[in-house]
Amino acid sequence: MSEKFLSLKKIEKRFPIPGKDDYVAVTDVNLEIKENEIISIIGHSGCGKSTLLNMISGLDAQTEGNIVLEGKEVQGPGPDRAVVFQNHSLLPWLSVYENIEMAVKKVMPELNAAELRQRVETYISMVNLDHAKDKAPGEISGGMKQRVGIARALSITPKVLLMDEPFGALDSLTRANLQEHLMRIQQKVKNTVIIITHDIDEAVLLSDRVIMMTNGPDATIGEVLEVNLQRPRNRVELQHDPEYIRCREAILSFLYEKFAKDDE
Amino acid sequence: MNKELLKKIFLPLIVLVLIIQVWTGIASVVEDFPTPSDTYVAAFGGINADGDEITGVLSDPFYVENQDVKGLFWQVMESLKRVFAGFSLAILVGVPFGLMLGMSKSAQYAFDPFIQIFKPISPLAWLPLLLFIFQDIDMTAISTIFITSIWPIIINTALGVKSVSEDYMNVAKVLRFTAFEKIVQIILPVSVPFIFAGMRLSLGIAWLVIVAAEMLTGGIGIGFWIWDEYNNLNYHNIIIGIIIVGLVGYFLDLIMGKISDYFDYTKKGRA
Repeated sequence: MSEKFLSLKKIEKRFPIPGKDDYVAVTDVNLEIKENEIISIIGHSGCGKSTLLNMISGLDAQTEGNIVLEGKEVQGPGPDRAVVFQNHSLLPWLSVYENIEMAVKKVMPELNAAELRQRVETYISMVNLDHAKDKAPGEISGGMKQRVGIARALSITPKVLLMDEPFGALDSLTRANLQEHLMRIQQKVKNTVIIITHDIDEAVLLSDRVIMMTNGPDATIGEVLEVNLQRPRNRVELQHDPEYIRCREAILSFLYEKFAKDDE
Repeated sequence: MNKELLKKIFLPLIVLVLIIQVWTGIASVVEDFPTPSDTYVAAFGGINADGDEITGVLSDPFYVENQDVKGLFWQVMESLKRVFAGFSLAILVGVPFGLMLGMSKSAQYAFDPFIQIFKPISPLAWLPLLLFIFQDIDMTAISTIFITSIWPIIINTALGVKSVSEDYMNVAKVLRFTAFEKIVQIILPVSVPFIFAGMRLSLGIAWLVIVAAEMLTGGIGIGFWIWDEYNNLNYHNIIIGIIIVGLVGYFLDLIMGKISDYFDYTKKGRA
């Protein structure tokens, strides 16, 4: 396990405002992420957590600072940093199978037809969607769509999996179901994952470390919390686990005492 | 048979009877205006009001006497040929042009004012100019249809490109799609329903315009035929021509609608 798998150094993001000083969304973010580590970034809305993720994915460029992945500076988006978008972003004119196939085909052009099919089907099975592989995104539920989004992101074996509030748009039962899926898959594929969330239980349940962001403007990392819980984790048993309770309380106190937001 | 279907069949029949009543009324007021039964005989043959036995214009729509004297079927075919020639050219030019306008802000700024000015010009206003350029009836009719059809195709294609959501483009960026892959795999599939909506609109207008254009250019075609029948004082044939123009237009729209539904992913539960 490399100690310096992905590092963020002195990241700052400013947005120009005509006739005024720049709006500083995020400033002085320093973070080292280990390989196969699962990190949650939590904070109130407007704390720049999505901005931070977009800079790691390369969809948005930082104003200052460097993002280095395995010794290489991140320049623009690429398949080594797959993104699971909040609104799934499946292409509606393609079937579930075709959505994943399109990604694999592009990233791994060396695969022959049989290998390609094999690979796509493996990842469809991983999210238990074999029965829906020929369905169009419009014909399946929101939770299923998000599972396809996860399968698509994982199918190209990214170095880092970036998830931007992946379950934010789902109801709480579906969300729990997807969290289970994600944990189970993670046990199998061992990936470095960064999850943006505003859900405290989700952050504790899924992560090895929780990064807590202060409020914007000038948002930065406020506290970093280590979650020392064994895997696999069981959400029911965890409810009475002292470590789980300690972690929850630490995040709660950060979000609602130290950095409470009045207008929420 | 359910009630809804009965209504769908019988209500139009009632309206048809009303239309024939009004028509008969007009025929009794306007001198020489053909009655519905006169028109029917003129179309399908039989004994006319003067007691003469005649063959109708629709009894043998396929006859060919010479280059200029042909049955109604061939008149309609000539018009359709011109419409499809001009319409196809408009698609070939309009779709790539629309894609460019949709993708490039600069192209949009450069061309938009001219599109807005050219769009409301009646295609028939171009006709004398085109006749002067080509000195040829067919070329004039086809290029008139081209100018008619191209605007909705350009505008709708550009609109389709603009409707591509940022999310899809982000997917393309993460996968490092080339510009060509972005067009083929993202932009075109999103735009296709818009492009077909534009084509359907264009084809409808093209069919409206060809009739008028042929009246001006003369020679052959359903528009010229109607005008010719006016000059020959065959007023009943004008009405027959009008009904044929309507029916052909209706079927064109029906077919185009089916084709556009086929290519529209949102109509397949894939939204």
